[in-house]
Amino acid sequence: MDGEDFLVETKDLTKRYGSRIVAVDGVNLMVRRGEVYGFLGPNGAGKTTTMRMLLGLIRPTSGTASVLGRPPGHPESLARVGALIESPAFYPYLSGRDNLRVMARYAGVPKTGIEAALETVDLAERARDKFSTYSLGMKQRLGVAAALLKDPELLILDEPTNGLDPAGMADMRALIRRLGSGERTVLLSSHQLGEVELICDRVGVISAGCLIVESTVEELRGKGALLVGAKPLDRAREHVEQLLGAEQVEVLDGTLRLDADPAIAGLINRELVDAGVEVTELRPIERTLEEVFLEMTDQKGESHVG
Amino acid sequence: MLASFSAEMLKLYKRPTAWVLLLVSLVLSQVFNYLVPYAGYLSADSERAAEQILARTMPENLISNSIGGFPLFAGALALTLGAISIGSEYGWGTLKTVLTQRPRRLSVYAGQLLALAVAVFAIVLVIFAFGALTSSAISLSQSKAMEWPSLMDLAQGFASGWLILMTWCLLGAMLAFVFRGMALPIGLGVVWILGVENLIVNVAAALLDFADTLQKGLPGVNAGSLVSALGAGNSTPGVNTVVDGTQATLVLIAYIVVFALIAGFALQRRDVT
Repeated sequence: MDGEDFLVETKDLTKRYGSRIVAVDGVNLMVRRGEVYGFLGPNGAGKTTTMRMLLGLIRPTSGTASVLGRPPGHPESLARVGALIESPAFYPYLSGRDNLRVMARYAGVPKTGIEAALETVDLAERARDKFSTYSLGMKQRLGVAAALLKDPELLILDEPTNGLDPAGMADMRALIRRLGSGERTVLLSSHQLGEVELICDRVGVISAGCLIVESTVEELRGKGALLVGAKPLDRAREHVEQLLGAEQVEVLDGTLRLDADPAIAGLINRELVDAGVEVTELRPIERTLEEVFLEMTDQKGESHVG
Repeated sequence: MLASFSAEMLKLYKRPTAWVLLLVSLVLSQVFNYLVPYAGYLSADSERAAEQILARTMPENLISNSIGGFPLFAGALALTLGAISIGSEYGWGTLKTVLTQRPRRLSVYAGQLLALAVAVFAIVLVIFAFGALTSSAISLSQSKAMEWPSLMDLAQGFASGWLILMTWCLLGAMLAFVFRGMALPIGLGVVWILGVENLIVNVAAALLDFADTLQKGLPGVNAGSLVSALGAGNSTPGVNTVVDGTQATLVLIAYIVVFALIAGFALQRRDVT
């Protein structure tokens, strides 16, 4: 892949505050053109700081970053980037439409795109109302509308579902899926692991300022496995070990855990039944992204991360 | 830069607070330069005293009447305008939204300064225009001949008024950039204009030689001296004759440059969190 295929690329990106606090520590991030990239990490892991550095809001202490082939904050790259960082920030005394007019002027884009952006986020009917009267969900949607004004190649969304109710979250996820379905690239940080699992093609996991892993969701979850309940268990174990190899079979709480493609479940069942083994349970087991994430960041007991 | 200026103008035009500040500046000017003197004229004990009071409201005094309050009260309002325009960008977090649109920081900054300069120009214009209308109305109602300042004097008075208010406005803006907020800059700025400079001039300067020298470089003192050089009486609060008009003009220009440089440096160099 040449340089243009990575819309975002960082090399040893580091941000320190004083001598003790390292907010981001040597992050090497690669976001490919056209993908929806999920940026995961616990609260304070350095996600927002990294995103701010990518937009030129914060200067890195060391390391480099490139966004659309330019240094962060360069007007030519910002012209092709739409961003929503943390909570949506607009002028409370202006209407939604006027806020977009202001942002369109800053961006140097024609105001003709405003109505389309409002329609896209389903905010056209409330566009005349002041921003201060909007619900959090509407504010988030206005933030996305502002990010869309430039018809950007790259969308950087920092926890866009943060604080939304379940219906608002579902709407926002659907919107992000729609926005990321074409050529557009999306870099998304999220509190919701399930959301990342649903939306993202690839995931980067950051913890304590360090990027631990960067991979596809499938690779992160690892290969599937099969759980087999059988009587007698020993005979069942002998048969599947002959079939798959002993190293692929593990006894777990009175069942067999097979490191095997769940697609061979039918074959396993037939073999065991033919061997006179009674199969009491046979089902695929998959690790969730949450399990993987908790293992990697050692944050057991937390269902949500930031 | 023009794109940023256009955005800033839209924000200022739509902002109720900016209109309130303009209105308050206008009302203060009208009340203390025309309404109160006219009421005094109507209730004066003697004809001579009444004529003296009425003379202050005539068109010939348009310049001194219009800019007489600029060193103190209108100055404090201009400082508030600068502080809220910049400080609210930090308070609402909109600076990050603006800076991620496209423009360079210094383009945004230049647009902000230019928009504030236009807003201050509008305030001065409105005060002068309403002053002209009111003084004309009083003059007509009293069947007095109208004598207007020359165009050159009007231009000089107008420019001086703009210079004074712009100095205070930029002080507010600079403090907002430095403190990244709105409340502290307004508090500190207003205390400085209305309190600290008065203490230095009226208390410290009389007691200490260095304070006497120091006062000649203070923005409020130079603003007061400039207004005095243009005909405002020393009885007006904030007006003085500590330095001459030329020095006052140069010092105020220097303050504008210094405030603008510090503010620009603060925006350009610091992280936006």
